[in-house]
Amino acid sequence: MTKLIALIAGILFGYGLTLAGMLSPAKIVGFLDITGNWDPSLAFVMGGGLFVTVITFKFILKRPTPIFGGKFYLPTRQDIDRRLIIGSAIFGAGWAIGGLCPGPAISSLAYASPKIAVFGIAMVVGIILAKKFFPASPS
Amino acid sequence: MENFTPIPSLAGGLIIGIAATLLLTSGRIAGISGILGGLTPPSAAPDKDWRFLFLIGLIAGAVLFPIMGGNISYISLNPYTLSENTHYIAMGVAGLLVGFGTNMGSGCTSGHGICGLGRLSTRSLAATLTFMAVAVVVVFAMRMITGS
Repeated sequence: MTKLIALIAGILFGYGLTLAGMLSPAKIVGFLDITGNWDPSLAFVMGGGLFVTVITFKFILKRPTPIFGGKFYLPTRQDIDRRLIIGSAIFGAGWAIGGLCPGPAISSLAYASPKIAVFGIAMVVGIILAKKFFPASPS
Repeated sequence: MENFTPIPSLAGGLIIGIAATLLLTSGRIAGISGILGGLTPPSAAPDKDWRFLFLIGLIAGAVLFPIMGGNISYISLNPYTLSENTHYIAMGVAGLLVGFGTNMGSGCTSGHGICGLGRLSTRSLAATLTFMAVAVVVVFAMRMITGS
């Protein structure tokens, strides 16, 4: 059941990203370009997503166990550490240069562009390097 | 603001929220860097099947969109109008930073931005504010450097 849900959730997520305009690096950069020709679309995407999750997550997480699965796999850490901030800053820089975050990058593989493939391979290499040299300490 | 698309972006965001809700009913957080990270060595996660299926779904959703009548002509890959070779290098560097940074920072736009903030997590709020702020500064710098 988890597998079917994962597939359907993935399809919805990919469709939503594409509809929202998030597969276009120009749109991401347009949102971040607050001193230029600003495009607020990304704020509407996050606002739409959060509007749903803020309401639904509360109800789903009230249950001791998930409706369709064994248990909840949730992050347990509460502290704001250096690793979180430095990692997020590095991600922000890459997001700004390429105009893609992981979700849209993977969805964009649908359109078989060699530049997206370069981004995707480099992203996996980046994950491997981070895991190898900066492994997460157990929470 | 002539590129602003409030209606499709809001609708897409609502669908993303529904997708994250659906995945949480099976106990999982729809954080894409984390889902991908679990498939990546070293120390890959034991539960590979659902992760793989979710990522296949991400691609399938993007494939379905134009089939169902959606318009993808808006996609523009090169916002700084870099030369072809420079753009390849930029995409490589960007991918490396995105992979490294999201793994080190335990999440990306979906995991921290949509799911983490949805759980009212202060860690995710700190992460989201950080990557947004840095990205604004780097876009400004890129515009200056490339003159675009």
